[in-house]
Amino acid sequence: MTEYILRFLIGGFFVSIFAIVGDVARPKSFAGLFSAAPSVALATLGIAWFQHGLKAVEVQATSMILGGIALACYSVTVCQILMRLRIGALPATISSIVVWLAIALGLHAMFLG
Amino acid sequence: MPISFSLSAFSDSRWYEYVVRFVLGGLATVVTGILSALYGESIGGLFLALPAIFCASATLIERHEIRRKRKAGLDGTRRGQTAAALDAAGAALGSIAMISFAVALLILAQRGPLPAFFSASTVWIVVAIGAWYVRRVLRVARAA
Repeated sequence: MTEYILRFLIGGFFVSIFAIVGDVARPKSFAGLFSAAPSVALATLGIAWFQHGLKAVEVQATSMILGGIALACYSVTVCQILMRLRIGALPATISSIVVWLAIALGLHAMFLG
Repeated sequence: MPISFSLSAFSDSRWYEYVVRFVLGGLATVVTGILSALYGESIGGLFLALPAIFCASATLIERHEIRRKRKAGLDGTRRGQTAAALDAAGAALGSIAMISFAVALLILAQRGPLPAFFSASTVWIVVAIGAWYVRRVLRVARAA
């Protein structure tokens, strides 16, 4: 339980820091860089390193590359939906999670499965 | 428009918006840990790039823009969507930097946690700003 509380606090901290930087950064497209910052990765990989060692970090970082490709596709999809379909940000970002899941799990099955 | 930092953004934000992002960030980290424990480190690693926080960020950006326009007596719905779309375009470039972070971490992992995280974070910021700058130069050149 202590581990998960620690994860929660460290993850929340890193995400908040990057979110604040993204809030104050201008222009908007530059601020968007911080929306895809490796905040959860810094927290998770840091904990994984001390808990499970280097091997676990290497395995997670390899998968993260595939997750990052899926994130790029997701971001482009959200951008296109917002510009072309003119729906709100919340439905656009949530519905596009399907794209992220399909690409991330598909790439994982292809290369690491 | 050059890169700048404006503290006026804090006046647009409500305190609970920071709480929401802290909680979402914490939950995303906990969920990644649970998935790693249940399905292995490899599946857990995928979720390090899950856009869980992005949903909240884009929605808040849209809401701030709409609120700002409504203060000026305008609808602001379309402007809000455009602002969120620009954030998504930035996130697409940021994801290239995120991939670079992971690659750098893999290459430098043997040097120990602190040097590896420091170097990978440096690679992340350099690639992120570089990608954004290249896109900007290309857009300006195309418009000219």
